[in-house]
Amino acid sequence: MSLAAAAKAETHSPLLSVRGLTKHFPLKGGLLGRSPGVVRAVDGISFDVAQGETLGIVGESGCGKSTTARLLVDLITPDAGDIKLAGKQLGVDMTVRDLRRQVQMVFQDSYASLNPRLTMEDAIAFGPMVNGMPETQATALAHELLRKVGLEPRRFAGRYPHELSGGQRQRVNIARALAFSPKLVILDEAVSALDKSVEAQVLNLLTDLKRELGLTYVFISHDLNVVRYMSDRVMVMYLGEVAEIGPVEALYRSPTHPYSRALLAAMPSMDPDKRTMEAPLQGDPPNPINPPPGCRFHTRCSVAEAVCGEKSPSLHGLSGAGHLAACHIAIPGSGHSRTGMLP
Amino acid sequence: MSAATASLETTTTVEKSPGYWAGVMRRFRRDPVAMLALALVLTLILMALFAPWVAPNDPYRSSMIRRLRPIGTPGFLLGTDELGRDMISRLIHGARLSLLMGVTPVFIAFFVGSAIGITAGYIGGWVNTVLMRTIDVFFAFPSVLLAIALSGALGAGIFNGLLSLTVVFIPPIARIAESVTTAVRKIEYVEAARASGASAFTIVRVHVLGNVIGPIFVYATGLISVSLILASGLSFLGLGVKPPEPEWGLMLNTLRNAIYVQPWVAALPGLMIFITSVSFNLLSDGLRSAMDLKA
Repeated sequence: MSLAAAAKAETHSPLLSVRGLTKHFPLKGGLLGRSPGVVRAVDGISFDVAQGETLGIVGESGCGKSTTARLLVDLITPDAGDIKLAGKQLGVDMTVRDLRRQVQMVFQDSYASLNPRLTMEDAIAFGPMVNGMPETQATALAHELLRKVGLEPRRFAGRYPHELSGGQRQRVNIARALAFSPKLVILDEAVSALDKSVEAQVLNLLTDLKRELGLTYVFISHDLNVVRYMSDRVMVMYLGEVAEIGPVEALYRSPTHPYSRALLAAMPSMDPDKRTMEAPLQGDPPNPINPPPGCRFHTRCSVAEAVCGEKSPSLHGLSGAGHLAACHIAIPGSGHSRTGMLP
Repeated sequence: MSAATASLETTTTVEKSPGYWAGVMRRFRRDPVAMLALALVLTLILMALFAPWVAPNDPYRSSMIRRLRPIGTPGFLLGTDELGRDMISRLIHGARLSLLMGVTPVFIAFFVGSAIGITAGYIGGWVNTVLMRTIDVFFAFPSVLLAIALSGALGAGIFNGLLSLTVVFIPPIARIAESVTTAVRKIEYVEAARASGASAFTIVRVHVLGNVIGPIFVYATGLISVSLILASGLSFLGLGVKPPEPEWGLMLNTLRNAIYVQPWVAALPGLMIFITSVSFNLLSDGLRSAMDLKA
């Protein structure tokens, strides 16, 4: 490959590239330590995140959103699959330590995310210090970051977590994530536990920081309105698989996978004239220990046919650029009677 | 923010919140029962330290003439024992050995047990299984039985008594340390620390230790009273301290024949054991509630 071609490939390759990421948790309690089965928390998902964009991940509880987030920072080790960051593959030409310096995470529970025995400046300075920064420099950085997230360091640097409000604590958690100058920040339900007005402030802070620091976000939430506000592209997950992925407007305007449609239909409309007419989903998702054969959604799908229980659909491109759905009705020649009759 | 603090805007000094331990001290000082227990424990310790100066008589000097005098005898405030030795002096001197036997095993077991438990809890997996199942083997014996068996096998004497008591207290402390550490390890601030690329040792030092040592310490203080009673039990059985050394358990043993003659005098060493163990228990209760952030 010529140098120019390599440079070209570099600029066009996404910041984060995930291929076939899989994590099965073995169940405990079998006889003599033998595992009676596995929970298929994340089952072979693939996606890209471009530099500077925000990828939203939505789905019901237990669909694998948080497991995906933890896999991306290697807090849990994947069973299979490749993670590539800026063209470097984890485990090949990038160590876990390198990955963690470039990918940081903000958790949902702002209180549990902070050590109750550490002051805010110590909490933020801890990461840079274990990576070799001298203490005075790390403390100065902590103060600068506190200011950046809107907390006056003189007032807040010496405080303990229980002396701060939820929104303030979450700002500290964001500051801590930024202490590494990461390329990618994973926000795992980072604003879900905050009340609405504080949530809006933190979302605006995140948007500002992204613009100022050129960050890339993976934004995980179950709040569809918030995801729409924050994301450039959205990925819908169901039982550890990707159901649909696409640009936010295309996906919200014309959701293709019946699951995405049901999910979006369950979202309260802001316009009383546009009442949701489609019935929301019935029941709970099937057990991920023993997921249904074929399409995992067919047990709850309103348009399921015989083929859906037999063959598992792969992600298939739709009319819009970069819009893909894993549903037989989107795959020509799949054997589904409504193939091509996209909503 | 008040106007006074706002005017200091230009300074770079950081307002330091009172630390966690300052809060614990403040809450502890407000607890009258805990303060009383602390006063009693300190009195006992001072009594043990300054026994030769505090005690009115020589605790070893016996006399066949004044055996088993009642409480209140002039010159022998709490009477005399079966060999005519001054009870109050023996009780004061007894605090030395009894406290040594009560506190030392728990103190050593606190370090060893915490180290085992935190290691097992933080690493988890097969390391946890190997360490904790080994601990369980010791845990399966009733503590009294284990202490008697060990010091019986090692032979009587203060050092062997201390050693066997230490072995008895390592399993329960390790168990508590393991369960607290396992719980803390799953909290998100530890995950965040792992995501920062810190080594396991650093994470344990900065994030785990401070959050697990409190509960383990409180539990260990509670064990001091058990240790006192076990140590007295060993002495009573002739396995710990040997006569004529003054030690409460041993005194209780040698005075038991006098229980019909001078019941009040014979009960005095037991009363000391009771007061000491209750003081340590109340002290640990007070610490527990003072260390509870949600209280």
